[in-house]
Amino acid sequence: MRSMIVIAGIVALALPALADEQPVVLKEAPGLVQITVNCSGCHSLDYVRMNAPFLTADAWKAEVGKMRAAYGAAIDDEDSAKIIAYLAANYGPAS
Amino acid sequence: MNRREWLAGSAAALAAVTPLRRALAEGAAVHPALALGTKEEAVFDALPGKQKLIKLSYRPPNYESPLSAFRTPITANDQFFVRYHLSQIPTMADLADWKLTVDGDAAGKPLSLTLDDLKKLPQSEVTAVCQCSGNRRGMASPHVAGVQWGPGAMGCASWTGPKLADVLALAGVKANAIEVAFRGADNALIEATPAFAKSIPVSRALDPNTIVATGMNGVPLPIWNGYPARIVVPGWTATYWMKHIARISVSSQKLDNFWMKTAYRVPTGLFPGSDFPSQDNATNRPITDIVLNSLATSHADGDTVRGAGFTLSGFAWDNGTGIARMEFSINDGATWGVAMMGISDGPFAFQTWSTQLAASPGPLTVLIRAVSKSGAVQPDKASSNPAGYHHNAVQRLSLVAV
Repeated sequence: MRSMIVIAGIVALALPALADEQPVVLKEAPGLVQITVNCSGCHSLDYVRMNAPFLTADAWKAEVGKMRAAYGAAIDDEDSAKIIAYLAANYGPAS
Repeated sequence: MNRREWLAGSAAALAAVTPLRRALAEGAAVHPALALGTKEEAVFDALPGKQKLIKLSYRPPNYESPLSAFRTPITANDQFFVRYHLSQIPTMADLADWKLTVDGDAAGKPLSLTLDDLKKLPQSEVTAVCQCSGNRRGMASPHVAGVQWGPGAMGCASWTGPKLADVLALAGVKANAIEVAFRGADNALIEATPAFAKSIPVSRALDPNTIVATGMNGVPLPIWNGYPARIVVPGWTATYWMKHIARISVSSQKLDNFWMKTAYRVPTGLFPGSDFPSQDNATNRPITDIVLNSLATSHADGDTVRGAGFTLSGFAWDNGTGIARMEFSINDGATWGVAMMGISDGPFAFQTWSTQLAASPGPLTVLIRAVSKSGAVQPDKASSNPAGYHHNAVQRLSLVAV
C-alpha cells in the first residue's frame, strides 16, 4: 500500500511538467511497481519502450547503473535488481 | 485512485489506438532502421506553440522534426526539433525576470545583462544547422541506448544576437582563460543529478561566428528552442548550443562535470573535428564538429515514384568546410551520378541539391552521399561508437518505381 501512495504522489508531481503528457503503459509484470516508483519521477516511461527490444540484460543493467551512478537516482540494490529483471524480461531481446 | 485503476484508465485511453497505428495513420515517417519499440513510441504530438512533431519522449521533451519540416532550407520555428536532458524546464513566467550572468575566475569584472542589454549590443546574423550529436542514433547498427532519434534531430535557422566575443569583452577575458562554460535554466527533479552545463575552448568562444542568439528566423526564440537567449556555435553539434543561457563563466580551469568528461565524448581519432585541448585525452574526446552529412528530403522510404522520371532533392551540410558535390547511385554504388547544387545561405547552412532520375518499374534503392570540399566522402557505414554519435552513413533510400 505504501508504494501505491508513493506512486500516486509521483504521478501527481510529475505529470504537471507537461500538460499534454500521455500516460505511458508498460507491461504488467513483477517489477513494474519498482519502475514506476524509482524511474517515472525524473522521466516519462516511454524511454523504456523507445529503447526496446534491443537492450540485453547486461545493457539494461548498465542503464540502471548509469541512472544511479551518473544521474544520482536513489534506487536501492533490491529495487535495482527487480527493475533490471523486469526490463530484461519484458523489454529485452527475448520479450 | 490506486495504481491498478490508474493503469487501467491509461490502458483504456490508449487501447483503441496504439501509438504505432496513430503514427502510421498520421503519416509519421518512422525510419525502417529504427527499433520496433522506437517505432511504437514515435507518435505525432504537438507541444504548445509547435506543430505536430515526432514525439520520442514526453518528459523531458524530446521531439524530432518530421521530413515535412525539411521542404525548405530554413526550418520553421514551429517545426524545429526539441531536445532536453532534464525534466524541470523553465516556463515563460519563470523567465520573466531573466538575467544573464557573466563571471568566472578568468573574467575581469563579473556582470549581469538583461535581454535589452543584449539587444543593444551590435547584432550578428548567422544561418546555421543546429544538429543534435545523437541525430540518427536510432539507426545505429547495432542499436545503442539513448534517445532513439531518426534523421530529424536537426534544423537550420537564421540566428541573430550579439557575438559572444562582444559579451565577453564587457566582462573582460583574462590571459589565463582556457574555457568558457555555459549553464542553462533547466534542471533535474533531484539535486543529485548533475546540472546541465557545457564548455567550449576560449578560442571558439571568441570566434566571430559564435553568438548569443536572441532571435531565430526573425522572431524571438521559441521557448522550446531556448528563449530568451541561447548560445549558437556554428559548425559544432548542438550540445554546446545552451538554451535559456543563464550563466557564462570564463575559466582558467576545464569544466570537470559529467556532461563534459563522461557524456558527449567520442573515441579519439575516429572522427575529424576541432581540437579541444583542455578536454581531449588519448582514449576519447568531446564531440565537436558536425560531420559531413546529407538527406534526401523530397521522398521517404517506401514512396512511389514515376519510373519515367522524377526529381529527387534534399540537403547536405557539414562543419562549414563546404559541400563540393552530391553523388547518387541507382546501381548499388557501381556508378555514381552528380546532382545539381542549389542554394546555400552560407557555409553553416543546409546546401540544397536536386537531381532527375528515371528507373524501370519495380523496387529501387538510391544511394546518396555528399563529398566535402576537403575531399571527405560520407562512409558506407556509420562509424560505431558507444553513444551512437555522428551517424552519417550513405543514405539508402528505398523507393518503388511505377
